[in-house]
Formats: sequence, structure tokens, C-alpha cells
Amino acid sequence: MKKPSTSKVLLAVAAPIAAAVVSIVVSSFAVLASKKSPMDAYKTMWEFGTQAGSLLEVLNIATPYYIAAIAIAVTFRAGLFNIGVEGQLRLGALFSAYLSAKFVLPPVLHVLAVFLIAMTVGGLWAAIAAYLKVKRGVSEVISTIMLNSLAVGLTSFLFSQYFAEITEGSNNLTTKTLPASAQVPDLMPLLNKLGVEDQPGGGVYGMLLVAIALGIAFWFIVNRTRFGFELRASGANPIAARVSGVNSKKMIFLALVISGAIAGLAGLPDILGDTHSYTMGFRPGVGFTAIAVALLGRNGALGMAISALLFGFLEVSSRSLELIDIAPETYVIMQGSILLSSVIAYEVIRRYKITLQSKELAKAVAA
Amino acid sequence: MKVETGTVHALVGENGAGKSTVMKILYGMQRPDGGEILVNGQAVNFKNPNDAIDASIGMVHQHFMLADNFTVLENIILGAEPKHGITIDFAAARKKVAEMSAAYGLDYRGARILIFDEPTAVLVPQEVDDLFNALKGLRAEGMAIIFISHKLDEVLRVADDVTVVRAGSTVAQVKSKDVTARELAELMVGSELPQPTTHGDTRRPEVTLSLKDVSVPTKSGSRDLISHISFDLQAGEVIGIAGVEGNGQAELVEAIMGLREYTGQIEFKGKNIDNYSVAHRHDAGIGLIPEDRQRQALMMNSPLWENRILGHQRSKPVMRGFILDKKATIADTRVIMDEFDVRAPGPHTLATALSGGNQQKFIVGREMSKAPALLVASHPTRGVDVGAQAAIWDELRSAREKGMAIVLISADLEELIGMSDRLLVMLRGAITAELNPQKTTPEQLGSAMTGAQ
Repeated sequence: MKKPSTSKVLLAVAAPIAAAVVSIVVSSFAVLASKKSPMDAYKTMWEFGTQAGSLLEVLNIATPYYIAAIAIAVTFRAGLFNIGVEGQLRLGALFSAYLSAKFVLPPVLHVLAVFLIAMTVGGLWAAIAAYLKVKRGVSEVISTIMLNSLAVGLTSFLFSQYFAEITEGSNNLTTKTLPASAQVPDLMPLLNKLGVEDQPGGGVYGMLLVAIALGIAFWFIVNRTRFGFELRASGANPIAARVSGVNSKKMIFLALVISGAIAGLAGLPDILGDTHSYTMGFRPGVGFTAIAVALLGRNGALGMAISALLFGFLEVSSRSLELIDIAPETYVIMQGSILLSSVIAYEVIRRYKITLQSKELAKAVAA
Repeated sequence: MKVETGTVHALVGENGAGKSTVMKILYGMQRPDGGEILVNGQAVNFKNPNDAIDASIGMVHQHFMLADNFTVLENIILGAEPKHGITIDFAAARKKVAEMSAAYGLDYRGARILIFDEPTAVLVPQEVDDLFNALKGLRAEGMAIIFISHKLDEVLRVADDVTVVRAGSTVAQVKSKDVTARELAELMVGSELPQPTTHGDTRRPEVTLSLKDVSVPTKSGSRDLISHISFDLQAGEVIGIAGVEGNGQAELVEAIMGLREYTGQIEFKGKNIDNYSVAHRHDAGIGLIPEDRQRQALMMNSPLWENRILGHQRSKPVMRGFILDKKATIADTRVIMDEFDVRAPGPHTLATALSGGNQQKFIVGREMSKAPALLVASHPTRGVDVGAQAAIWDELRSAREKGMAIVLISADLEELIGMSDRLLVMLRGAITAELNPQKTTPEQLGSAMTGAQ
């Protein structure tokens, strides 16, 4: 019994290690192309990225990535692909920031109202794609891509024409500032108690806790409930799922709408924890990067958390590359090579596992 | 294994014995760990099916491996497209295919070695005769034919040589004129050939399933896929549905399971279930063994214990309320694997790693575990080995004795005749004859199925 368990452990770590090696090699070539030493680059990134202030920022960047990745994973698990997270989260963020500044509620309730608005808007926007898919057979991939363009245009239009106010003393447009009751407190005081010292310019969004709770809920619902099983069955074999009494249209509709609702939350961390309003500087591309985060994390709650942190780390630490004259965009190449090599490595390992199982089986039958 | 030019060579063995693996290797779909393949004395190394096609090896798959959205012509040339620069020369292909169709309709690709994987599984006896005549013609032309089948009488009829494999190794290579079907079966499994028979009349007075004037129209409503089907099925009774595939059997199953809209009424245990959803019908006590196990009954890349849940995700022991009880499910999967002799390392084995026979035993076990009042069994023993076949027949027999009603759909006429209490023949969506299985031969049934009478 000992031997197979060691080989299982080896198999489990083989893919990430192989992927890491390949991506380091590829990234090194990218750095070499700009006539710089890869070792210097990695050293600089590591030294900068592991400073306490940087690490706290990594958490803040990873939080929206993680929430958006969960949104995408919900559809991946159901055999669907919601590329429209970017649009859903933008609309959700804009509407919730704008509407929530118009009223005052007791502290916790007000934040929940912000969540509710963002989830409703994101869910409704995704519902368009869900309706088209269920009623008209329109591919959700195509419709969500197109809805992204619409959403980006719509948010710009609504924001600049109706929702925004000019901040005094600058050209920056923002929505009205959220009252204190709608702001999510920073985790820094809590971290102080745990012995972490204040860092210049650094805080940790309270939304981090929401992201963690969401991750746990995602794991539990997908893996341990009937709804989650029917969702996965629809993804694994839609025909067999239907034959087994799963209402596939309902599952498609729900998966996309839930995904959109979660995506709505992904636009909130910066707003609730930092800017307290929707601003012109709203971080673009979170919904797209999150696709890579979900793929790298293999749609698992833990895997996506690790990959969200990794992407955040690369993003923050790569800023230091400028100090040694390397284009910081090199990190995009790193992200890409990590993603590609890990997807390939996991597929190779998966096939190898099946071959291995077949052999085990042949032995079991022969015995 | 050695196949001579101008012979038909049969490869027989239980499912999981390694026949499909041998064929996949020969056709370049899988790489061998060791050993060598010689074609006309030359060692070859197939990396993919294209290499095999180039070496004049042709494959007729068990399942219709066709690209559904392609025309017949496109499917024939798939993998052997005549090139005209970078475009495909359809005109030349069409001409050549037409010529070949006139002769046999199958040697367009210029194959000299043809592999047939269970070619008769979906054919009626008359069509089997046609196929065998064609095979003899091809043999006379000097082709080498490898023929895979479970039906040993067919093997003996058409093959010159027989290779028997068991548990991944060759156990015998014999001339077909030197052996009997029984001897072959014994070589395959080391036990007697099972017979599909039932004993006595176990019918009980209560009617389990009643169809009244059930019709399924096509989407456009222009005609009926099944029309005006009516029958009563009593508890403890097996009703056999005979018919050439594509004459409405699949639609009948879908109507009973609620997978398709129908007109007319269906009653289950005296209750009208027309408004029941698919899930509701499962839960009310209707079990289903679908015709295509890999497409309709399994999640191939999921472990067995997760497959155990499929179709049972609303009830114990799999669920406690809305929460999945993983421990109980795994334990119950183990019970099914023991009781139904599913040969696999354990509940965590992926479904795809199992042989067809073991997959089917698992599905039968899964459906039986809820002790359904009605079992709709579509081709329950298609493509499974004799051992699994006997086991599945045993299960159906004992369930029948306990009062389960069974709708049995099969292309295996001996199975239909042996297992059924009554036989209904379907032709173009309608029931065209009711036969007494005790007074019907496979030939008579075959004639009734084609409408030849």
C-alpha cells in the first residue's frame, strides 16, 4: 500500500512543478530578450514582492480576482463559459456605488444593500445571456462577449452623463461618496493585534473576508450539495444529466445568473475599501484576468485562491522591474506562460492517470 | 496473433480481455508498451490513425464513429481526403465513392486489411447475411479481415481462424473448423455459455405500466415518430420490444421516461404520470438502463462513486436532505460493485477506465439498488461479454420473480425471445405484431421486424 501512495503524491505535485519550470524558462527568455539577467530580475521581484507592504497589496489585488474567478468557475463546472464577468462586475459596481450613496442604513445592513444591488445588476445582466442560451440556443460565449462591449459602453455613458460628479480641485469624475455606513472597514487594526505593523499606504480590504467566505461556500455547494452535483453533472455529461432527471435548462439558467451575481461582487473591493465611489480609475480587465485565474486554479476553491495570490504577487512585484530597466509588462508574459504550461501539464498528467488506472484495472481483473 | 492474406480472422474474448486495446493499437489510436506489428513482413509504428490508413488498414467501428454534421461523402473520405493543392477534390472523391459503392461500398480508402469491431450488433439476421456475403467477397479479393464479435456462432460461420484472448493475453489460436461454439466459450471464460431463459409465469394481476394511445410527433408535426402505442404491462412481466433500430424504440423509451413530449396517456401503478418530470418518474420507481451507456448513463471522467449518484441525487443513501453524503455513497458504491461483480480497483476508479461489460454491470446495479417497480432496459447486454451477460440476465430474472415489470428493448433476438413473456414488434413507429416468444424463432421474428412476413 505504501508505494502507490507515494506515486500518487508524486503525480499530484508533478504538474505544478513541471509548469513552474517551463514558465520560468520561458520568462527567462523574455528577460534575456531585453538583454538583462533573468536572475537579477527574479531577485529584484522577490525582494520587492516579499516586503510586508507589497504582500498586503497582493491581498488587495487578489481579492477581486478571486471573487471573479469563482464567478467564472461556477459556469465552468456546469460546462458553460461566462466570459462576460468584466461587463457584469462593471455594471454591478457602477449601479451599487451610485444607488447606495443615495440612502443611509445602519452599518451592516447598508453594506448588505450594496452587495444586493451589485449582485442583482450583475445577475440580471448575465440573465440576458442565460435567456438567449436557454430559449434560443445562442452560445453563451458569444453573447457574453458581446454583452461585455455593451456593458463597457453603457457604464461609460451612464457614469459620465448621469451618475458622476466632478471632484473639487481635480478633473477626476466620481460618483457621490458612499456614507460611512456603506464602507467596509479595513482589516489593518485586526492585523495590528496579530502583530503585523502598519505599512506606508497599505491597508487590507475587509472584502478579503467576504472572498474567503465565498470560496468556502463555493466549495461546499459545488461538492457537497444536490444542486452542486446537478451542476457538475450538467457539465460532465449534459445528456446523461438530462436522462437522470436534471432539468438542464434550469441548470444553465441558474449557473449563468449565479455567476453574474458573484461577478457583481467582484467589482466592489476597491470601492468599498478604498475609493468609496465609482471612479474614472476603475480597475479594468479584472474579469478577463480572472479567466486565467480560474483556469490555473482548475476551478477549485483552494486552487483559485493560490492562483489569485500568484497573479497578484506577479503584478505587484513586477513593478520593481522598472528599477533595473526591464519593462514591467514582462509579468504579462510570465502570467501567460504559467497559464499555458500548467494547463498542458495538467492535461498530460490527467491522461497519464487514466492509463495508469487502466493498468491497475487490468491487474485487478487478471488477479 | 497472425493474420493471413485472404482470410477472415476472428478475435474473441470477454470485454476487458483486451480486444479493443489490440484494435486501437492496430489502428494507431493507442501506442503499445512493447512488442512489434508487422504488415506484409515490415515492422510498422503507428502514431495515429492516419499512419494506419496509409498502411492500408481500415476500421469499421462498433459505435458509428461518424462526424454527425458531415455528409456521407465527407465521412467516407474523412482521414483520407483527396487533395487538390490545399482544397479537397470533392468531384474526384464523389466519382470514386460511387464506383466503390456499386461494388461493396466500403473500400474507398484502399484498405487491404479491414477491422470490423462488433459489426453485427445493430443488424437483423437478414442484414447479417448480406454483410457476411460481402466479407466473403472481400476475402476472395485477397483482403485480410479481422472480425471482432461476441456472437460465437457468427464467428464460426464467417471466420477461418480464431484468436482467443483472455485478461490481456492470447490463450488460443485455432482453426474455426476445428472448434465448436461451446469450446470457444469455454476458452474465453472457462465456463458454460449462458442462455437467456426465464422460468414459469411470474405475472401478478396488478398493472404496473399502461400506455394508452401514445404518440410522439416530429418537431414539425408532419408525422409520428411513434404512433398510437398502447399496451399494459403487469408486475412480474417482461415485455420485449423487437424492431430494427430506428423504428421508434428510442422514442418510446423517451416517452416513458418523460424525456420527450407525447400525446396519449401513460399510467404507472395505476396513476397517470403524464405531468411528471423526468426526475419525478425516476423517484416514483422507474429505473432506466439507457441504450448508449457512455453518452446517457455515465460521466466517463468521474469516479464510480459520483456516477453512483447520477439519477439518484434526490434520495437516500446518496443524499441527506440537500447535502451529499459522500461516505454513505462510497460505501454503497462498494456494495454495488461486490453484488454485481463490477471489476475495478474501487469506488474512486474513473468510469472511463472500466470495460464496457463492467460499466454496464455497474449501471444495472445502480438502477436495481432502488428496487424499481418498472425497469426500462434498452439493450442491457449489448457489447458486453458472456460473463457480464449472464450476470445481467440473472439480475433481470430474479427481479422479475420479485414482481418487477420490465420493458426490454434489444437487437439480440435470442435475448428477446428468451427473456420476454410477450413480444411486440415495432415498425415505422407503430406496433405491427404481437408474438408469443415460446412459439417464435429468431428468423420469424427477424421477418416480422423488417415487415417481410
